Amino acid sequence: MRPFIYERAPSRNAAMQAVTAAVDTKASYLAGGTTLLDLMKLDVMRPQHVIDINALERTVHGRIELDRNGLRLGALVRMADAADHPDIQQQYPVIAQSLQLAASQQLRNMASLGGNVLQRTRCTYFRDVSYAACNKRNPGSGCAALDGFNRMHAVLGTSDHCIATYAGDFGHALIALDASIDLVGPDGTRTIPFAELHRLPSDTPDQETTLRPGELIVSFTVPAAPWTRRSLYLKVRDRQSYEFALASAAIALDQQDGTVRDVRIALGGISTVPWRAVEAETVLRGKAIDEDSVAAAADAAFVGAKGHGHNDFKVELGKRTLSRALQQAAALEI
Amino acid sequence: MATVSTAAVPAFARAAAAQAGASQTVSNPRAPVDATLTINGRDHVLAFDVRTSLLDLLREHLGLTGSKKGCDHGQCGACTVLLDGRRILSCLTLAIAAQGRDITTIEGLAANGQLHPMQQAFIDNDGFQCGYCTPGQIMSAVACVHENHANTDDEIREYMSGNLCRCAAYPNIVAAVKQARPLMQTASRD
Repeated sequence: MRPFIYERAPSRNAAMQAVTAAVDTKASYLAGGTTLLDLMKLDVMRPQHVIDINALERTVHGRIELDRNGLRLGALVRMADAADHPDIQQQYPVIAQSLQLAASQQLRNMASLGGNVLQRTRCTYFRDVSYAACNKRNPGSGCAALDGFNRMHAVLGTSDHCIATYAGDFGHALIALDASIDLVGPDGTRTIPFAELHRLPSDTPDQETTLRPGELIVSFTVPAAPWTRRSLYLKVRDRQSYEFALASAAIALDQQDGTVRDVRIALGGISTVPWRAVEAETVLRGKAIDEDSVAAAADAAFVGAKGHGHNDFKVELGKRTLSRALQQAAALEI
Repeated sequence: MATVSTAAVPAFARAAAAQAGASQTVSNPRAPVDATLTINGRDHVLAFDVRTSLLDLLREHLGLTGSKKGCDHGQCGACTVLLDGRRILSCLTLAIAAQGRDITTIEGLAANGQLHPMQQAFIDNDGFQCGYCTPGQIMSAVACVHENHANTDDEIREYMSGNLCRCAAYPNIVAAVKQARPLMQTASRD
């Protein structure tokens, strides 16, 4: 690991001052550290300043608030605390499940929600610096995964420059529920839809988010809606626990008398960014959830899917995962 | 009461720590940083390279070699310790960032010459073969019970999944957690 300067920021203002002062160098905020320390050891991330923001946990950054307007999650809330929250489990089960099915309890105790949505891909060519070709790590160098071992890689949202999968789960729940995020930066605060946080790889896969330099996530807001209670996260993976998704689906369903009034769908394990399946939602509105309708929705969700060899199976697996998740959501007793 | 000890600190570290009042924010990233860490109820005044993980600090600076370095990347759970009572991975924790927190390692579990009920349960149920993952398993299991995530076999397996055992002692580990659970609950009520 390369040397760095460590600073502990006692307040939000102090964090902003520290990151502004470090403007000439590469600075990283440190929350749970489960991505940062891992990738610093691998020499993939090379911050020269590490600004520890964990003291902000005692402020609004570390709070969970629920009322009839919705759910507010501070970005320094730990994954385990949101996953174990009884009201979130009951009223926003897709959020609790997406967190509970991710990582291990040790990692969930450490990792913050803000860091979770910013976690880096698990693409082995990104993580292994002995491969020169990685457009994400080394812009313009090519993509070793395109013709390499790409069983875990994405089939939706890919480009000729990058097919790395977005590794998270919680982000799919957020995008399904139309969440927004509050940001603070050296130039002030702003709020953006969560759907605008991540960038498609396109021809600049090194630019993963729309965050401005020094900007910090303060909180996530999930609006209350008729579909949040009948919601779930289904994750299909190589082992039963503590594994990244091969395919996953976040579903939030509002149905009356067996008919879909509205539905929110996001897909994981198969995409380069948190992935909202709007086409599948359109297919289902006004219909009953049955074998035919879920099959049509699944086909619509994967119209643009493209496999790269080892990951061809993800198209069919993704469709089946979505179909099963929809049927489970329809059958939920709430 | 916490006691202050510098006995296990290497000589270079003692010299650096002697520079009283050294600023927390250093401009030279290669200069050792000073910190006081509370481990198993004792305060340790230390100076170390800022890159030092909590795991390396425990093992290499303090001789607490119970916590194991398996993968060093947060994938195996062998380095599990408790931070303010919550289980975390010491390999992905910067030692400098653990200041002001209560750190409990496997060496801090036994009390008054008696093994912790979870340690005894691992012995009684043969919850290991080679033993390398065992300190991490036991720390994780203690937390699993405290979290109230040890109510069924399935729940124990799910919440212990962050601790890999390549000898595959898993069934016996589940049995050990089940044995210790009521004993820990009795102990905490007393």
